[in-house]
Amino acid sequence: MARMKFLCDADRCIECNACVTACKNEHEVPWGINRRRVVTINDGLPGERSVSMACMHCTDAPCAAVCPVDCFYTTDDAVVLHSKDTCIGCGYCFYACPFGAPQYPKVGNFGTRGKMDKCTYCAGGPEADLTQAEYVKYGANRLAEGKLPLCAEMCSTKSLLAGDGDIIADIYRERVVTRGYGSGAWGWRSAYGETVTV
Amino acid sequence: MALIDRLTAMATVLCLGLALALTLPQGAAAQQINPTAESVTEDALLQALGGDVRVEGRVTIPDEQSTGLIKPGNKGWASTHGGLVRNVTLLSVVGMLALLIAFYVVRGKIRIDAGPSAVRILRFNGLERFGHWLMAVSFILLALTGLNLVFGRAILLPILGESTFGTISAWGKTVHNYMGFAFMLGLVMAFLSWVGHNIPNKIDMDWLRQGGGLFTKGVHPPAKKFNAGQKGIFWSVILGGAALSFTGVMLLFPGMAGGEAGWQLYQVIHGVVAAVLVAIVLAHIYIGSVGMEGAFDAMGSGEVDLNWAKEHHSLWVEEVQGQTDDAPSGAKAHPAE
Repeated sequence: MARMKFLCDADRCIECNACVTACKNEHEVPWGINRRRVVTINDGLPGERSVSMACMHCTDAPCAAVCPVDCFYTTDDAVVLHSKDTCIGCGYCFYACPFGAPQYPKVGNFGTRGKMDKCTYCAGGPEADLTQAEYVKYGANRLAEGKLPLCAEMCSTKSLLAGDGDIIADIYRERVVTRGYGSGAWGWRSAYGETVTV
Repeated sequence: MALIDRLTAMATVLCLGLALALTLPQGAAAQQINPTAESVTEDALLQALGGDVRVEGRVTIPDEQSTGLIKPGNKGWASTHGGLVRNVTLLSVVGMLALLIAFYVVRGKIRIDAGPSAVRILRFNGLERFGHWLMAVSFILLALTGLNLVFGRAILLPILGESTFGTISAWGKTVHNYMGFAFMLGLVMAFLSWVGHNIPNKIDMDWLRQGGGLFTKGVHPPAKKFNAGQKGIFWSVILGGAALSFTGVMLLFPGMAGGEAGWQLYQVIHGVVAAVLVAIVLAHIYIGSVGMEGAFDAMGSGEVDLNWAKEHHSLWVEEVQGQTDDAPSGAKAHPAE
């Protein structure tokens, strides 16, 4: 089985935010929730870079470790998913996440957190694949259709890469060698305990 | 041929890597290679920030929280939560239960030495008892739903299954969120009712020196309305309860606490203080119910047995009976303070 990962080549990202928009549209993500976002570092300064970030589907995910109701699970493709039936919206996964991935709708009284929502790597949830119930809770399941996450698939500069970790690392490595520089595989060290060395 | 090709490729990679490494400290050298290569690198950025601070940037979506790109330190909280908080909770709750069982086995139920008398005197009025039970009921609900967040996953989940456990925990969270306010009200009532009686003084030192008479049959050091042990419970509940209330409100309204660094700190304080307070309250529940004859009446009907009161709160009985003059036991008149 493949070990699915995301890799954002920041030297190619033009901060068009199309990944953010595509994600919101593909999964009908509610207002106020962003499963993916583009963060610009050193904005307006020389060496400015933008990085598209979402759940990185960590190895030994800290969210899963702290969840009081154990609602997280890792698929055979190493995608970290969760069950909204079990989630109680306590917020612990957000405290533990290095990437700010978990999002909470403000549904309760006084705007307390509802059930957590995050990037599913376009792989749905625990419900049966490609059902309406799955779509309503988690959005589209492109992986079940044999497709990769939409954010990466439609990235105009092919900055955001999704797929098997070894393959996308090779693609990135080749780019760095060819053009002579690279700002690094953002988040990899925190997520996977290793980074892409060139 | 293939070998030579590969060696050449490797040499190129090495040279480029070396050149890249050299560009970081030397701005001038960078321009010879490629001006766009002068980018921030994740490694350099994390190193410059000390490795534990968040890498931040600008986002176009209107959400302050989403400006953080990478926060490796959050994993530290994950291990604190699964380690320190969990262990302190386990140690204090299980440890206190073990201590209480051992105490019961050794000492047994503490009886009224003089035996029950026919006379009962008022110890706590309705308002005092209402404040106490408001706090007590809410605290027990808060403690159970809180402990569920720490141990439920390990204990209840395998027994109940995912669906039932999820439903119970979701209700538990709602109960925890709302009961917090009942607890805060009870806390304020208890503080206002009893703070005057809980100022530590010299009598407490003698009481503590004699171990409160808890460990020796027939020994009853004098005490006023509250002895040193009860004062300890009072201040633990007031101070611990205030800490829990503050951190609880911060966790309930995440916007007030700032970012996740604040939430993590408040969560750890909330967890550790709650664990210690649960242990203290367990001891309080024990001595107020099965551990001592006649003690429960104080908060039950509000009226306690006179002999019980004389043994455990001799100075208080003198104060009270000094006011109501003709005491049946002929207690000597004592000027009220």
